[in-house]
Amino acid sequence: MTGLGGLIVRDVQLAFRQGGAAFLAVMFFLLTVTLFPLGVGPELTILARISTGVLFVAALFASMLSLDRLFQADYEDGSLELLVLSPLPLPLVVLAKCTAHWLSTGVPLIIAAPVLALLMNMDEPGYPVLMLSMLLATPCLSLIGAIGAGLTVGIRRGGVLLPLLVLPLFIPVLIFAVGAVEAAINGLGPRPHLLVLAALLMGALALCPVASAAALRLAME
Amino acid sequence: MTGMHRFANPTRFLRIANAVLPWFAGLTVICFVAGLYLGLITAPPDYQQGETVRIMFVHVPAAWMALFVYSVMALASAVGFIWKHPLNDLVAKTSAPIGAAFTFLALVTGALWGQPMWGTWWVWDARLTSVLVLFFLYLGYMALWQAYDNPVKAAKPAAILALVGFVNVPIIKFSVDWWNTLHQPASVVTMEGPKMGNEFLIPLLVMAAAFKFYYLTVLIYRLRTEISARKIRALTLAQVEG
Amino acid sequence: MSFAGHNLDCIRGDRLVFSGLDFAAEPGHALILEGPNGSGKSSLLRVAAGLLRQAAGTLTWNGENVGGDPDAHRARLHYVGHLDAVKPVFTVAENVRFWAGLRGQDDLDAAAGNALETFGISHLADIPGRMLSAGQKRRANLARIVAAPAPLWLLDEPTNSLDVATTAVVRDLIIKHCEEGGVVMMATHVPLDIPGEDVLRLKGTQPVAVDLDEAV
Repeated sequence: MTGLGGLIVRDVQLAFRQGGAAFLAVMFFLLTVTLFPLGVGPELTILARISTGVLFVAALFASMLSLDRLFQADYEDGSLELLVLSPLPLPLVVLAKCTAHWLSTGVPLIIAAPVLALLMNMDEPGYPVLMLSMLLATPCLSLIGAIGAGLTVGIRRGGVLLPLLVLPLFIPVLIFAVGAVEAAINGLGPRPHLLVLAALLMGALALCPVASAAALRLAME
Repeated sequence: MTGMHRFANPTRFLRIANAVLPWFAGLTVICFVAGLYLGLITAPPDYQQGETVRIMFVHVPAAWMALFVYSVMALASAVGFIWKHPLNDLVAKTSAPIGAAFTFLALVTGALWGQPMWGTWWVWDARLTSVLVLFFLYLGYMALWQAYDNPVKAAKPAAILALVGFVNVPIIKFSVDWWNTLHQPASVVTMEGPKMGNEFLIPLLVMAAAFKFYYLTVLIYRLRTEISARKIRALTLAQVEG
Repeated sequence: MSFAGHNLDCIRGDRLVFSGLDFAAEPGHALILEGPNGSGKSSLLRVAAGLLRQAAGTLTWNGENVGGDPDAHRARLHYVGHLDAVKPVFTVAENVRFWAGLRGQDDLDAAAGNALETFGISHLADIPGRMLSAGQKRRANLARIVAAPAPLWLLDEPTNSLDVATTAVVRDLIIKHCEEGGVVMMATHVPLDIPGEDVLRLKGTQPVAVDLDEAV
């Protein structure tokens, strides 16, 4: 594999060989969701009421767990310099790395989500929309997160700063992702929510790699 | 070294700043006195909200300023980033804590106003929630500046963050409004009131002017401090180098 | 082919690293950067690679401004910095193959095999990066510039942690690259005695106050 494809394969391989990123993300997702029945109480109606929100907030944290390593590992061993110096345009390099991040953390979360929804007693009509909405939301998280990861690369304690920078930016994604599932559960059409979510994804695809690439260039100086 | 004169000190800016500073400070005081007099004494109590309506004269300008200062920050960041004018980086940096303070003031007065109106200190009203998120954006921006040892290196990453945040502000506002209409029927009284008479509008505008002049005054003070800090840094560095 | 810098200024943080610097790297003549620690050798190489933006001045390749087409400039250069960019969980061959593939090299197995042989590390091909010594890592790093050819080499202390024999290999490679018309710019504290080398001497840095005046 050469070029961008090679970069995606390499990053996914790295994610799996260095401590199984997918496993960690799903475990974190599972543990966080499990805490809610233990904290709120096992009453099924309450769990069903909060299930969507809990699932998405937990998924958001789980996908953020590995974000600070998105560029930091490459920065520390000098690979980032060479990635910046590759003949490929830097925003495309960032896009490839986001794709790999999504494949190694976002996709496992999507697969795990229905099982966790079961644990949270989510109402049945929500399931297909939950998958669809996760499918649109998780790439947004990787893309928006890449800005934060780019801005904090090379900073001491950047991993602590990263959530502070990106969590506020995740809010629109959270609102529309949860809104879609709730709408489906309440028998309303989830379509408008999903369309806005898709629009957010398109916007993130266009803007985030550019912003992140600009931040990475600064980190090289 | 031939190029050294290009890295000179900001004497011209300081000359202009020092000349306008007393005017801004004076206007701040005049507008505050006039605005508070009009708002607290002349303006009648609202037929619906009673005396609590007077909180609006602080809350609304503070919320306006929260957004205004963030816009200034974003604009200065863009100019600093694209045309590499370091003074603009400083404007963005020094504006952030002032803007964050306005945002905090808007949140606190919102809570004070909410208590008598809704019977609770905090309501997840769309406006207050958006202001809260804006407050987080300010904090993140300030934290990013703090994270760098060298302020010169922090300027550009911070500029990117300010611009990313600025692009996101309308999206966040839109999504929070959407979220709010889904979860709350629109029966809650909002801060704006249906129609505002002149007896409310004039004090409000005077207070808004007071807030704006206050911002400019404090901004110049903070810029002067920041420039002095940079000079001290440069002198210390020169000493280290011998 | 020639690579040159004209009237370059470089500022890093509060330091004016160099100012009004000119250099010309001609094919066949390796350009050796000399100077004490902190004199800006690394900075100049990073500027030449485009990792660091110069505060003023231009870089040219065959007389054309490099800034006009940065993608093409990156495609023509190899940069070797202080870090070796060897992933601990990838084998040596995987590491070299990845970097060669990123630069569009087609026959990765042959290219990587040949590169490893050049540095005498074919026997390490299937060993993961985490088990390598500093010298072996450096050889794996240098192997990537053999695996995907590029005309411009920017080398920052390439012989660090290498033994005498491998240093000679690097020297031979540089001589060969020069003979084939390649351009080499290199900072090194080990005199390599490349035939026909040019020397650029760099002086120290000095602090600067950032200009706030121009903004008003």
